[in-house]
Amino acid sequence: MSKILILAEHDGDTLNPGTAKAVSCAQAITAHGGGDVDILVLGDGIDGVAAQASALQGVNAVLATNAPHLAAPLAANHGPELAAAADGYSHVLAPSSTYGKDVLPHAAALMGVNALSDIMAVDGERAFKRPVYAGNAIVDVSVPEGAVIAGTTRSASWSAAGEGGSGAVQDRAAACEAAAHTRYVGLEGAGGDRPDLQTAPVVVSGGRALGSAENFDLIYGLADKLGAAVGASRAAVDAGYVPNDMQVGQTGKIISPELYLAFGISGAIQHLTGIKDAGTIVAVNKDADAPIFEVADIGLVGDLFTVIPEFEQQLS
Amino acid sequence: MKILVGIKRAVDYNVRVRVKSDGSGVETDGVKMSVNPFDEIALEEALRLKEAGKADEVIVVSIGPGDVQQQLRTGLAMGADRAIQVEAGDTLQPLTVAQVFKALAEREGAGIVFLGKQAIDDDSNQVGQMTAALWGRPQATFASKVSLNGETATVTREVDAGLETIEIDLPAVITSDLRLNEPRFVKLPDIMKAKRKPLDVIALDELGGVVGVAPEAGHHAPPEPRGRGIMVDDTAALVAELKNRGLV
Ligand SMILES: Cc1cc2nc3c(=O)[nH]c(=O)nc-3n(C[C@H](O)[C@H](O)[C@H](O)COP(=O)(O)OP(=O)(O)OC[C@H]3O[C@@H](n4cnc5c(N)ncnc54)[C@H](O)[C@@H]3O)c2cc1C
Repeated sequence: MSKILILAEHDGDTLNPGTAKAVSCAQAITAHGGGDVDILVLGDGIDGVAAQASALQGVNAVLATNAPHLAAPLAANHGPELAAAADGYSHVLAPSSTYGKDVLPHAAALMGVNALSDIMAVDGERAFKRPVYAGNAIVDVSVPEGAVIAGTTRSASWSAAGEGGSGAVQDRAAACEAAAHTRYVGLEGAGGDRPDLQTAPVVVSGGRALGSAENFDLIYGLADKLGAAVGASRAAVDAGYVPNDMQVGQTGKIISPELYLAFGISGAIQHLTGIKDAGTIVAVNKDADAPIFEVADIGLVGDLFTVIPEFEQQLS
Repeated sequence: MKILVGIKRAVDYNVRVRVKSDGSGVETDGVKMSVNPFDEIALEEALRLKEAGKADEVIVVSIGPGDVQQQLRTGLAMGADRAIQVEAGDTLQPLTVAQVFKALAEREGAGIVFLGKQAIDDDSNQVGQMTAALWGRPQATFASKVSLNGETATVTREVDAGLETIEIDLPAVITSDLRLNEPRFVKLPDIMKAKRKPLDVIALDELGGVVGVAPEAGHHAPPEPRGRGIMVDDTAALVAELKNRGLV
């Protein structure tokens, strides 16, 4: 019997889809021997988020902790709070986002347990699969009896739990004081009204080949035609063509759209690990030997500066 | 102020990693080993802080068997002042590594423990967070910009939603992201000089030993290969194929 606590990710108003995916991972655990799945929501003024969490199918209870010092997603405050709330649970999970990766290991250390990053499959209550070496190897890991299991769930590996649940929302008082040593200054979001890179069904990405921020408008233009989100390689981010939150790969976002279109991206292993779970990968590159063609479902050897305008024309 | 920098010996990022045929791990025989790229970035930042007069000493630390001394020597050649090898078997869990950094931070009176955000072998991304938790000090993970202002640091962090800025009191743990800086190249004379810099060896038990229950790693498998794709001749054929598959 498992008793699982999931740390919800949200922006104050909306539950991040990574949470519903973590619920699916939790259900894969309770499928082996039963158990309950609860969600912990930390924030300030999070009743709406708690309601969204309680509507997820398979959720038993939502623990909502409101406190001013929990408004910002600081690990210094959320980590100790998660560790305190975890008391009595067999498993503590969080989505493997930058938030989950920041907070969960902190809480695990306070609980005196090791943690598993990026759980991609469940083989038993205490047995999992996770990627290592940028996804070049998948390792079976099992956690011996006696230790609480703490882990992050690799969002691209799990489908989101559906809605229609009716978990009970319980108010839970904060157990920890504000950490005085860490202060939140602010978030500079790239934002925009394009679809979210992590959840969009179609993603158009550009690489170093774009050559400039201005030329990247080609990628934006095609993405807008397709209603797609926009991604990029590390080289394109490093060169300043696009902001960091658009990086796809081992150290950027791991995504699983239905359709991924890569223009002028060579296909380095660190990039490929971010797109392995895409339904269909399309690659356009002028080098026929580019490694991206080894993983592409549909490849075209060509110059992106001519292919993209033609593509748009063919669409209309 | 002293800065401790963690240096992990890892398979070089250019190597095509292969799973051993018996599934016991990945092939490391005859494979090029290097400093984990994120740790190199952390070290570079520490060295720049020292060069800017904001730190007095940079100490590189690696945990593992004798061969980690190669990576420590690389760190010394880049400019670290001295090195510490914590002698241990080579499969320590992040919690134990964090326990070591906490113990060393206290022993040395470090102002910053600077680590890479993740190691490119096990991709765990945990040690910095765990070190901060055990040490009871701030954590600033995934840093793309660090400025020190006396007793505090302002750190810009690469997060999913963009760039987050936090202010932390020192001492603290900072972990580097890719865009923090571009590490310097090591020059030959520096490699010679590095040979004369101090490298101390400490036993793991002296710093608290192994902590926590270790998850047991079992079988390793290569990832599921993607099916072989097709090549098309021109844009019209590409769009036709996508329309055919109902994707556009
Ligand atoms: C620790 C570490 C982590 C990393 N993490 C990531 C990560 O998360 N994500 C990531 O993407 N990378 C990551 N990288 C970097 C990665 O190794 C590659 O350097 C990077 O992905 C290359 O980006 P690129 O494909 O845009 O550039 P390049 O490799 O330079 O490729 C450009 C491609 O464009 C093609 N091209 C040029 N002109 C045209 C044209 N006119 N039309 C069509 N094609 C053209 C070229 O043939 C070439 O294949 C990481 C590296 C390290 C060391």
